[in-house]
Amino acid sequence: MCEIHKLKMTNEELKNSFAQIFPAVTFDETGEFLTAFIPSEALLPVMKELRSKKELYFDYLFCLTCVDWKDHLMMVYFLNSKTHNHTIVVKAKITDTINPKIESVYDIWKTAELNEDEIFDLFGVNFLNHPNLRRIFLEDDWVGYPLRKNYVDEHMIEL
Amino acid sequence: MLLGEEDHFNEEGEFVINIGPQHPSTHGVLRLKVWLDGETIKKVEPHLGYIHRSIEKMSESFSYRQFGYITSRMDYLSAHMNNQACALVVEKALQVEVPARAQVIRIILCELSRLSSHLLWFASAGLDLGGVTPFFYAFREREAINSIMEETCGARLTQNFMVPGGIITDLQPDFQKRIKEVLKQFKDNYHEYNEILIGNVIFQNRMKDVGVLTREDAIALGCTGPVARASGLSCDIRKHYPYDGYEKIQFDEVILTGGDSWARCEVRMAEMLQSVHIIEQLIDNIPEGDIVAKTKNVIKLPKGEFYQRVETARGELGVYIVSDGGSTPYRCKYRSPNFSNLMAIPHISKGHKIGDLIAIMATIDLIIPDIDR
Repeated sequence: MCEIHKLKMTNEELKNSFAQIFPAVTFDETGEFLTAFIPSEALLPVMKELRSKKELYFDYLFCLTCVDWKDHLMMVYFLNSKTHNHTIVVKAKITDTINPKIESVYDIWKTAELNEDEIFDLFGVNFLNHPNLRRIFLEDDWVGYPLRKNYVDEHMIEL
Repeated sequence: MLLGEEDHFNEEGEFVINIGPQHPSTHGVLRLKVWLDGETIKKVEPHLGYIHRSIEKMSESFSYRQFGYITSRMDYLSAHMNNQACALVVEKALQVEVPARAQVIRIILCELSRLSSHLLWFASAGLDLGGVTPFFYAFREREAINSIMEETCGARLTQNFMVPGGIITDLQPDFQKRIKEVLKQFKDNYHEYNEILIGNVIFQNRMKDVGVLTREDAIALGCTGPVARASGLSCDIRKHYPYDGYEKIQFDEVILTGGDSWARCEVRMAEMLQSVHIIEQLIDNIPEGDIVAKTKNVIKLPKGEFYQRVETARGELGVYIVSDGGSTPYRCKYRSPNFSNLMAIPHISKGHKIGDLIAIMATIDLIIPDIDR
């Protein structure tokens, strides 16, 4: 165990290492985890580096989700390294809410497949190069994306 | 096996069938589309959504006191742990100190649900593979645990006991006595369980070397809980990110390296004893005092994002709350353990016979409402 903790990076070291991969990154340290903001176009190369770089080695994507902020969509990737036991949250902003699209990270973490299907189903984000993008929960002809804030459901009863 | 419109031989001569959504061995409404070459599995594709209730969307219109209640309908065998996760995320955001008595009671009830959940796994795993007797054995203790839950929480299955700040009500007078009786009964019978099902040669042959999940795949697929621990991956949230006083309790994280269905069985059997061990440490040492910390009537979380994980009977449950400062969550995401564990099935069942798929599903131990949410 002590060997694992020796390799664990502090937030400061993580920030430096991240900035080497992608200099235009911005950070937020107010939450529980260190959060890095990157534009959605840069996602795939940055993620590949985060996964493969020896001292970072984020091999475990433990939560993948999306948040609708009305004027933009925010993809949220929770990454953890099972080897070094450090955690980082990567957020990628999608500005196009009419036709949102982002690269799939399935090639890096296999767990992304179903999670991205879910986000496609409920948020309408199109994942490029996804092996099998489909609506997993709702019917194929369902109109709209329920977790978007502008979704109107006439059958919903307000509590 | 249901024959639907997609059942046909495709160009490669593969036979495509549906297993489920109403199939006893899927333990719920899961549909697996299976591509077969003879009896050998070529490909498995899960189809979900038969019990999708959009709990995340509903949570956006619930207050922070209400949104936890619906989570006991996700993984209904880990209802206490789901509620606990919701309570903990609110406590973390408000920085509320939970009274020691509430913490201890929470752990006892969580471990009791874990024991009862693993007992149900034991019962149904036997049933899936043709052993009917273990079902009745395991339901002896499960019934006793369920009636303790009924007396304590007012519900046998979908309990709602943990609220932000502590627990909802105090214990009944003979809570400790009844739990001790159950634990004694379980420990006396444990060797029988090992003999009747786990020690059975037919059962072992159906399990050994079937559905091998490597450690690397377990990480890549996001598997947690007994499934990942059977592949040698240390992932117990109770050890790595202790909550509610788990750091003060002595127990072992059961880790095996086999990775096959047999290892998953052994992990669960050993975890039952660990749960008993945890309850025994606490049952005579429940501190006196308050059961719930004072919180405001209308809870408003500060603006920001909060993430809390707990170890349910099936793995890591994460609750991710985005708050805009109001009295309802702006966004509520559940990272459910079964959703990630599900992807292990298509991965590890390739190349096996269709009968082995049932054994694999039995040991992955999925709860479908937790996948669909």
